Amino acid sequence: MSALPALPGDGCDAPVLRERGQREVFCGLTGILWLHRRIRDAFFLVVGSRTCAHLLQSAAGVMIFAEPRFATAIIEERDLAGLADLDEELDRVVGRLIERRPDIRLLFLVGSCPSEVIKLDLGRAASRLSTNFGHRPRVLSYSGSGIETTFTAGEDACLAALVPDMPAAAPDTAPRLLVAGSLADVVEDQFRRLFADLGIPVDVLPGRSGADLPAVGPATRLLLAQPYLGETARRLEARGARRLAAPFPLGAEGTTAWLAAAARAFSVPAARFEAVVTPGRDRARAAVARHRATLAGRSVFFFPDSQLEVPLARVLHSELGMTLTEVGTPYLHRAHLDADLRLLPGDVRLSEGQDVDRQLDRCRRDRPDLVVCGLGLANPLEAEGFATKWSIETVFTPIQGYEQAGDLAELFARPLNRRDRLEV
Amino acid sequence: MQLTVWTYEGPPHVGAMRIAAALTDVHYVLHAPQGDTYADLLFTMIERRDSRPPVTYTTFEARDLGGDTADLFKTAARESYERFRPAALLVGASCTAELIQDDPGGLAQTLGLPVPVVPLELPSYQRKELWGASETFYRLVRTLSAPARTEEAAPRAEAARRPTCNLLGPTALGFRHRDDVIEVTRLLDRLGIDVAVVAPQGASAADIARLGEADFNVVLYPEIARQAAAWLARAHGQPTVEVPPIGVGATRDFVRAVAAVAGVDPAPVLDAEAGSRLPWYARSVDSTYLTGKRVFVFGDATHAVAAARIARDELGFTVVGLGTYVREFAREVRAAAAEHGIEALITDDYLEVEARIAELQPELVLGSQMERHIAKRLGVPCAVISAPVHVQDFPARYAPQMGFEGANVIFDTWVHPLMMGLEEHLLGMFRDDPEFGDGRRPSHLAAVEPTDHAPAAAAVAPAPLPGAPGWSPEAEQELRKIPFFVRGKARRNTESFARDAGLTFITVETLYDAKAHFGR
Ligand code: SF4
Ligand code: SF4
Repeated sequence: MSALPALPGDGCDAPVLRERGQREVFCGLTGILWLHRRIRDAFFLVVGSRTCAHLLQSAAGVMIFAEPRFATAIIEERDLAGLADLDEELDRVVGRLIERRPDIRLLFLVGSCPSEVIKLDLGRAASRLSTNFGHRPRVLSYSGSGIETTFTAGEDACLAALVPDMPAAAPDTAPRLLVAGSLADVVEDQFRRLFADLGIPVDVLPGRSGADLPAVGPATRLLLAQPYLGETARRLEARGARRLAAPFPLGAEGTTAWLAAAARAFSVPAARFEAVVTPGRDRARAAVARHRATLAGRSVFFFPDSQLEVPLARVLHSELGMTLTEVGTPYLHRAHLDADLRLLPGDVRLSEGQDVDRQLDRCRRDRPDLVVCGLGLANPLEAEGFATKWSIETVFTPIQGYEQAGDLAELFARPLNRRDRLEV
Repeated sequence: MQLTVWTYEGPPHVGAMRIAAALTDVHYVLHAPQGDTYADLLFTMIERRDSRPPVTYTTFEARDLGGDTADLFKTAARESYERFRPAALLVGASCTAELIQDDPGGLAQTLGLPVPVVPLELPSYQRKELWGASETFYRLVRTLSAPARTEEAAPRAEAARRPTCNLLGPTALGFRHRDDVIEVTRLLDRLGIDVAVVAPQGASAADIARLGEADFNVVLYPEIARQAAAWLARAHGQPTVEVPPIGVGATRDFVRAVAAVAGVDPAPVLDAEAGSRLPWYARSVDSTYLTGKRVFVFGDATHAVAAARIARDELGFTVVGLGTYVREFAREVRAAAAEHGIEALITDDYLEVEARIAELQPELVLGSQMERHIAKRLGVPCAVISAPVHVQDFPARYAPQMGFEGANVIFDTWVHPLMMGLEEHLLGMFRDDPEFGDGRRPSHLAAVEPTDHAPAAAAVAPAPLPGAPGWSPEAEQELRKIPFFVRGKARRNTESFARDAGLTFITVETLYDAKAHFGR
């Protein structure tokens, strides 16, 4: 199998700057905004405060749907004062919800900071409710609280909550690939076609329905599509799945190496692999190359946001020729990011956690050509003269895979192109 | 527990942020987990603010609980003071910190900072954003306002000097506050009155300290400034004018009220040629079609009450619904509703508002961005009159709601979503021409909703409700002769009429009976 391409690179042992201070990041509740669109028969009920409801609404921005498949059960004074029994209140709220939405097959009770601090046992509530409803809908719980999760870590918690419910694969089954991590439908379909052409049987987590979960067992080969799934991977591995080491499927080369990891595990002949990936890879290389002129040689600074920072930095550096100043990430999962880290230059400044004021000081000193940051920082930095890219777009836009590699490059090129156009 | 899909107001600490962000040199240290920083983007994205709101979040995590969250707070407060050197520090807790009871006010006192520290107690599980803004502004004014001066030290009424007033209430993220302040300042100037301090928007801690020096206070937004003004009235003996000048009538009332308090003559402004164009536009014949249009009004109390008055008295509409999400101002809105002969809707449950609008079937909705979405779904035209705000509520152009220019802006924004009078006739005349078929929508509808206008069919032929009476082919045929833009309503009215009359089948007769029933 040595003919299958592996990414080169000799590792990045750059020391990591660990900071503790004010963070400017979303909490894990935000994951609901894409998870509810991904799992179409699931409803997400946050048990929290008005702040949590306001966060979801503000992060959803203009996308106000008739009745989205998420809501907040707002804890009130009388609940805290013990005037109302929290379990009874929860039963009442969930009962009303199920009555309104009989189409719901899977209900997540999502924990928040307030529910964690008052030690509301949502796991117990979920199994009680699930039994009461005869598992229609099935009720599960996870925490998206800001005291425990950062932004995309909410998806990790959600998927990890699904793992115990996945059926066990029969011990003698043939190996199957499990791709974990939310992807846009269009990306998932492209990958499914590629895996089919490679002759690899594949399941995905999460699927489009929360009702049918793939089986997992020792024959499962786990390929992570997203870098923020530490706990999900741990639980899947505990059930026998074997994780395939790979960089994340971003950019032409990242996607190739990611597919190659699967091909290797399923002993796909090198010639077949080449035949299957070549058209997509060539299109991706050409699409990425169109943006090289804009991006090559320019410097970029990442504020921590989604844990996608390291793989994105790898694409910008190795496929688009950008210089990395600082790559900040809320959490650095060394094992999962190993293949991507190897492709970063040895002198890159990696930072984990955040003290936003100090980080802004470093950013101002570095004077990067492009800053990747959250929505709270973007306009203020633009006003200081920096070109910025909103990191949230890298989560809400399909960027994985060959056909999106050009879009990914364009996301970063656009703010720079825009500056060239404006004469005001 | 309250099941909530969308909320009109954020938590009270967001109200405090609106005050802090409005001021120029005050910093807010908020004991809160990382995720609460989402609130920054309201300011940087919706308002397109070019700097971060002056807020430090202490960012405690699960592992800190029961341990050193208090130390974390103290470190954050000390470091924020050193970094930002504010003239005053607001300190308080978010909903989560309220539960861990670290007492930010007490902790901040122990630091011995050389500036005033204003502790905020904002009960997150009872109160909301506007209350939080009001309470914060009041606490700040109480703490920073200089002690009342004796009359000898500062004689107020020198004959030679123009009277002065403060404008209280405009904040960050306020609905058109930016332009209202300019408009009201111009109006006062024409009356010969000077504005001493505008607060909190654009004020410094030193400006807050000299609020007591003005002759009187003008409360532009009672939800935010009534409490502070009441305190200033007590502490400094300053009279308060609380007549929000929204609409021509209210602006004239406002002019009379400030003139009386300031001892100036209102006549030059009241009689001036350069008033609002609204009265003439409302009388011009093209506006005849506005007569009796049924409007539903919902928003914060100040804007909702003012809008209802304009709707009835200045545009000739009929107000069929009036409500607010601000419970603290329920009394005012109930009183206004009674004047319109209707019952007020006091709720912060968006589903309840939606149900009421669906039930009343108004021809125009005046509400917040939330009602805009409801109206869009129901196929009813809508104009936005109140917060909660959206990026569209911060237009690049000058667009006040207050004063005579505000009335002009209101005429344009409310009437535009409706059919223009002449156009309504033409549509009726040409409705059978093939070029003018049902697919055509009035061009203004696309102009209002360029991004997400609903497919025309949705508004035209809603799917029959389960259990809806059936239509005879003749009645269907007759229905099709009704202009498409009112056909959906005619269908709904006829069906509800038939249901109420216990009919299961709609004939041409039923259609006209229903028209007579609902007709005015
Ligand atoms: S950080 Fe905590 S309190 Fe704030 S929105 Fe997230 S879960 Fe709710
Ligand atoms: S844009 Fe078209 S529909 Fe709107 S007012 Fe003008 S002519 Fe009438």
